[in-house]
Amino acid sequence: MSDPTAPLVLEARGLAKCYGHVTALDGTDFEVRGGEIMAVIGDNGAGKSSLIKALSGAVIPDSGEIWLDGARVEFSGPIDARRAGIETVYQDLALAPAMSIAENLFLGREHRRPGIAGSLLRLLDRQRMEREAAEHLQQLGIGIRSITQAVETLSGGQRQGIAVARSAAFARHVVILDEPTAALGVKESGTVLDLITRVRDRGLSVILISHNMPHVFALADRIHIQRLGRRAALVNSRDIAMADAVAVMTGAVEWPATLQTNAV
Amino acid sequence: MIVRRLAFAGPLVALLLACTFFALQSPRFLTGANLSLVLQQVMVVGVLAIGQTLVILTGGIDLACGMIMALGSITMSLLAVKHGWHPAVAIAGGMGVTTLAGMVNGLLVTRIKLPPFIVTLGTMNIAFAVTQLVSRAQTFTDLPPLLTWLGHSVRVANTPIAYGALAMLLLYGFAFVLLRETAAGRHVYAVGNNLESARLAGINTNRLLLSVYMLSGLCAGVAALLSIARTGVGDPQSGQTENLDTVTAVVLGGTSLFGGRGLVVGSLVGALIVGVFRNGLTLMGVSSVYQILVTGVLVILAVATDQWSRKS
Repeated sequence: MSDPTAPLVLEARGLAKCYGHVTALDGTDFEVRGGEIMAVIGDNGAGKSSLIKALSGAVIPDSGEIWLDGARVEFSGPIDARRAGIETVYQDLALAPAMSIAENLFLGREHRRPGIAGSLLRLLDRQRMEREAAEHLQQLGIGIRSITQAVETLSGGQRQGIAVARSAAFARHVVILDEPTAALGVKESGTVLDLITRVRDRGLSVILISHNMPHVFALADRIHIQRLGRRAALVNSRDIAMADAVAVMTGAVEWPATLQTNAV
Repeated sequence: MIVRRLAFAGPLVALLLACTFFALQSPRFLTGANLSLVLQQVMVVGVLAIGQTLVILTGGIDLACGMIMALGSITMSLLAVKHGWHPAVAIAGGMGVTTLAGMVNGLLVTRIKLPPFIVTLGTMNIAFAVTQLVSRAQTFTDLPPLLTWLGHSVRVANTPIAYGALAMLLLYGFAFVLLRETAAGRHVYAVGNNLESARLAGINTNRLLLSVYMLSGLCAGVAALLSIARTGVGDPQSGQTENLDTVTAVVLGGTSLFGGRGLVVGSLVGALIVGVFRNGLTLMGVSSVYQILVTGVLVILAVATDQWSRKS
């Protein structure tokens, strides 16, 4: 469980985004504390995906503010957000299938050999990357036979595990997971859910976007319910029944403000 | 890993089988003189195929490399013979022109976002036309010795080996290390695997693609020099068979046309397979039309094997 008095790590206020006549975000707020799992749920078209893209730098909001670790940030692209310590696992396009696990973990952040071989000849330090990749996967409890095997030889659950592990390895503040269990079977989902808990337990904040209510309720400390481009409710996951969360999501009921957990 | 090793072993086995077959058919095949001739016949396609491999690994294709090579060899001859430039400067000028042509391909692919197939189909025709216009469709002879120097041979164990062939092997070694041991090389594979995920991983995909097309242009420049060295003339009609032979070599070498998988040394093996078949069939007295036919069958077999092995 997370600490309910932990300071906010990532906060957004009044985010708005329009695509032509379509309003995707209508002044939505968002927050996540240090070391908590924040689930984001919402119907299709509620603006979940636009919200997440704004937080991960993939979309630039028309207006509104984003604060990371107490400082105002403006991301001009996903690389910016990554540099600031926010890692995102995008649905379906996380990994390069024909490349090895170690190569995927360090893709775009390769280590070079020490000395002139690295600085002048720009040669890679494969051994270091493979060693560190193996250590990192072991710490997260991901069992892999060989770190040099191609990602395409892994099962769907193992692949997702590698993608989550990569984000956890490099995130300093927040890991954003977009539908991490959508394509997985029951058993594989269980492994990935355990992994997400372990990532949180290392002190990282996790933003989990999911359609799967049992997964959301099994993992999340708090739930952000998005509806019509705004935050309809922010609740402790143990304070709301699954059916009620769905009702708020669809607009069947409005959740009383007294039962919500907004910090301000 | 096993799959990747097999992908390379396949072409190698095919090459050895072909060599065994022709050795049994003709006693002249396995002589040092003949094998060094094969190497010489292969060197132009071999060097072009290095650039082609890079481009295909990113998921693209370069249909213009042979024509860009012809443009390069005409530029070199023209500058050296007609304008009397120092041959070294003429060579540099020719390579500059081919690299620039590769850059045009790269810019059209990355900035205008056109499919590489269409871009290079267009530049192939443009390069051919420009070559004919600039040279007035004339072949250049009486070239300064420096331009044909790579055609000379060094004798190793009583067998002549052309400097050009050694240069080709050196370039393959260089490309092998580049692709395997540097971040940029691994990024070539990453881009071919999944362009969008490579971009999201922080790779400057546009810059990478641009450099790959420019390198293909530079390879065409080196190939231009080799082509001059081999024939002794600057020929505006060169590069036409080599153009598609590079794709054949890359595919026979086990590199996937869909990008992201393959080895550059495979393309050398692929080029050698084509070279060995042409040479062996010639020794057997088979007419060149049948050689082209065999090449066509080989390509289809290679692509079919590639697809079949991927499914299973």
